[in-house]
Amino acid sequence: MKLVLKKIISLIITLFVVSLLAFLAFQIIPGDPTTKILGTSATPEKVAQLRSELGLDRPVMIRYLDWLGSFVRGEFGTSYTYRRDVSVLLSDKLPVTVLLTVISFLITVVISVPLGILAGSTRRKWVDHIFVILDQVLMAIPPFFFGIISCFLFGIVLKWFMPGNFISLKESPARCIAYLILPAVCLALPRIAMTVRMLRSSVQEELAQNYVLTARSRGLSRGGIIQRHVLKNAMIPVVTFLAVSAAEIMTGTIIIEQVFTIPGTGRLLVSSIGNRDFPVVQAIIVILAAWIVIVNFAADMLNRWMDPRMRVE
Amino acid sequence: MKIRNNAYFITGGILSALLTVIIVVGLFWTPYSTTAMNAKEKMQPPSAMHILGTDNFGRDLFSRVMEGAGTSFLIAVMVVVIGCAAGILIGSLCGYFGGLADIILMHICDTITAFPAILLALVIISITGGGAMNIVLALGILFIPSFARVVRTEYAACRDLNYIKSARLMGVSTPRILYAHILPNTLPVLIPAVTIGFNNAVLAEASMSFLGIGIQPPQASLGSMLKDSQNYLNSAPWYALGTGLAVVLLILAFSLLSEGVQQGSRRK
Repeated sequence: MKLVLKKIISLIITLFVVSLLAFLAFQIIPGDPTTKILGTSATPEKVAQLRSELGLDRPVMIRYLDWLGSFVRGEFGTSYTYRRDVSVLLSDKLPVTVLLTVISFLITVVISVPLGILAGSTRRKWVDHIFVILDQVLMAIPPFFFGIISCFLFGIVLKWFMPGNFISLKESPARCIAYLILPAVCLALPRIAMTVRMLRSSVQEELAQNYVLTARSRGLSRGGIIQRHVLKNAMIPVVTFLAVSAAEIMTGTIIIEQVFTIPGTGRLLVSSIGNRDFPVVQAIIVILAAWIVIVNFAADMLNRWMDPRMRVE
Repeated sequence: MKIRNNAYFITGGILSALLTVIIVVGLFWTPYSTTAMNAKEKMQPPSAMHILGTDNFGRDLFSRVMEGAGTSFLIAVMVVVIGCAAGILIGSLCGYFGGLADIILMHICDTITAFPAILLALVIISITGGGAMNIVLALGILFIPSFARVVRTEYAACRDLNYIKSARLMGVSTPRILYAHILPNTLPVLIPAVTIGFNNAVLAEASMSFLGIGIQPPQASLGSMLKDSQNYLNSAPWYALGTGLAVVLLILAFSLLSEGVQQGSRRK
């Protein structure tokens, strides 16, 4: 319990450091945001007025604490280009991205875990070979190329859907999810390949251990040993890897949203980087970073729960 | 390392050798001009004249892919060189000397690796702006931890071995111990790290150029070509498929190579 508390404190510190870095990173940008808003021909008085309006004339640390305070309350500042609250901009975009991430992550877990166990425990040489080759090929295909291929195949050749014709969550949740499935699969495929590969070697490693031999000599069936003993150990590194996957998938949405023209946070992020609309960029980056830190924390906790050896320290 | 009879190694080796030749040739010569537009041959499907077809300006796509792959290849190589060189430097010093600096630096490395490289690269690019040089620097810096980590582990393991101790006793200088005596021992972990890093660099550059914040026109990379090709998916699907296939082959070649090396060294 003491350890969990320590971990939680370290999580909070990490979140602090990440937010501080994200804040400072956008302070060193050359150029003043006032020129972005007022243009280069603004009078010095107007600039000074806007600077104090935006709070830019105060010390950096005060501004950071201020920013963090309002960030926690869900006020992410005002977009330079849209002249609207970033939280308003995000409110209908974030759910789409989260939904896409969740669908994609579920697909990854549901498909890769059984396949990985199969790949690791098979005794047929050719099955093993097929898995290795398939893994190599799938890992080499970037998700956005998967996306382009499926837009072409399912959108243009088979006409199952209209690429770009996104149905919003409010309009019809079912059709929105249906539209998101294909991009989710594209995002999941390389992650599935990696997870299968990882679980395969993890299961193979465990199967070579002496305890498996002992259990076999005591007359337990191979399938039973895999289910009851091997998986418990083999899943431990995979859980950590799945946490990494959850982070990678969330980042991957930035690109896949571009391919399928899904109006999520990723598209907003890319266009904001193009427009140098820093409050938006900053908000999205901090949200993504916080998500990654929290997911890693959850994986760490899950690991501790699964692996008693890690609790002794 | 017994890797000669490994199917992955052979396939990967042949494929990457072939691609490297095509890319190196492409730096000096392409079958057609990569910039000259030809309205008469707009959006031609693949044929004997243009094996990957032509694009919306009538430019030969095979020549364009050669050039684009060259850009992607060079960027990936530079990223790996930067990441690997700095990684070896940091990893060797941390592993050999240890101490507080080691703990702090490795902690920073772990924190950086916890975040997807593309996300951090996006942060850097959004601050510094796009362009080839910024991409190389951003990705190069982000790739340092992965190299530093593996190098450090090897150095920490070698530090107290007898041959190093005796070298020290014989008065061999520290830089010589670090880079002439220990460095060769890191090769079995460094080679897979380099090939994996190369693949990640190709992927990261392609992704960023695909988003339009990497390589800027008129310079072309495979990622930026894929971005353009998406507009012509309906009328010229070969544009996207040919370019994408080039990305896949480039990554596949090197990952087969590293798979072969890893299997070979494991069997030992």
